[in-house]
Amino acid sequence: MGRDGGVSCLRRAEMNMMSVGGIESTPAPAPAPAPAPAPAPLDLDEVHVLAVDDSLVDRIVIERLLRITSCKVTAVDSGWRALEFLGLDNDKASAQLDRLKVDLIITDYCMPGMTGYELLKKIKESSNFREVPVVIMSSENVLTRIDRCLEEGAQDFLLKPVKLADVKRLRSHLATKDVKLSNGNKRKLPEDSDSVIITPPSPSLTISTESSPPLTISPDSSDSSSSSSPPLSPVEMFSSSPIDNDEDDDVLTSSPEESPIRRQKMRSPGLD
Amino acid sequence: MDALISQLQRQFRDYTISLYQQDFLDDQFTELKKLQDDGSPDFVAEVLSLFFEDCVKLISNMARALDQTTGAVDFNTVGASVHQLKGSSSSVGAKRVKALCVSFKDFCEAQNFQGCVRCLQQVDIEYKTLKTKLQDLFNLEKQIIQAGGIVPQVDIN
Repeated sequence: MGRDGGVSCLRRAEMNMMSVGGIESTPAPAPAPAPAPAPAPLDLDEVHVLAVDDSLVDRIVIERLLRITSCKVTAVDSGWRALEFLGLDNDKASAQLDRLKVDLIITDYCMPGMTGYELLKKIKESSNFREVPVVIMSSENVLTRIDRCLEEGAQDFLLKPVKLADVKRLRSHLATKDVKLSNGNKRKLPEDSDSVIITPPSPSLTISTESSPPLTISPDSSDSSSSSSPPLSPVEMFSSSPIDNDEDDDVLTSSPEESPIRRQKMRSPGLD
Repeated sequence: MDALISQLQRQFRDYTISLYQQDFLDDQFTELKKLQDDGSPDFVAEVLSLFFEDCVKLISNMARALDQTTGAVDFNTVGASVHQLKGSSSSVGAKRVKALCVSFKDFCEAQNFQGCVRCLQQVDIEYKTLKTKLQDLFNLEKQIIQAGGIVPQVDIN
């Protein structure tokens, strides 16, 4: 264990156990059979999250938080590895990587090498992944930082330490993605779902995170009856809440013309 | 057996409460407990164990960086390790360790060598103390289970 420099490795402990919520861990042959994924529109087991954090402890915790809320998780320890995983680390576009399904990227802000902010920018610059919601986590509640991240297109900003309620909230937004909201959106979306990304999921996907190089998922899209709707457009992710302008730090710059997403700043509840 | 179980449960409850009251643990530890279940019955212990490994490594980094015999002290290096320790202690609910890291960080920024050295010593003591206490707590849990009882949910107010 320890810093293996790659991906988190608590999985060993979890591998043998039937996790809660029908999560992706390789099902053990004998005990309770994993719930057969029904081709229902709401296939919650399909959500795949890429978590990025240089701290092993934090990686383990966020991974667990996500798994407990029925997400598949790939956890990496740096922005570079995240880009590598997404196939964005070099210019060659790999055909296989087009099949990579990532529904959410959650990243720490303060990381050596590449910060979460820089990672965010790179993701937003990529045609394949710019529509994927990116959530930033930070231990510091600095308004300019939050603002900057949201300006760059981050969906949400979580204050560490991250709690189950935070992840559940994120998760509940993601859950609605599988239901095509034709008129359900109360908001007017700047760009509606001509979202690019991601291709039909393969249900029995087990992403092995034991290896660090970019993972390619064998495309098995023969069964795309489930959730082939385009991923949730960023704005649909969450509802806005008013910001208490009580921080001593920096003054919020107001830009009235901005699209809704930029003004939506969320903080973890109970925050000061 | 029931009397034994009750007694153990009471001890467990009291001990847990005392750990919170004495600021060894905070709300985030409670959060971690929520993530433990029959499928992952040792989750908290495993995370804490990783945390303690982290402590050893980071404290060693800090000690090395504060070693004046190798030249001028690089407070940035010290600060970086402190920042990491602050982060992970926060994530597991190690309240006292985290609080120390806050002071430690201030001393780093002020480039206060003595202050840093003091904090380093304190942090070392503190994580070891916590480790011992948690070991006792986990042992109590084991005893309860071995006696056939359930580990009670403890309400911290």
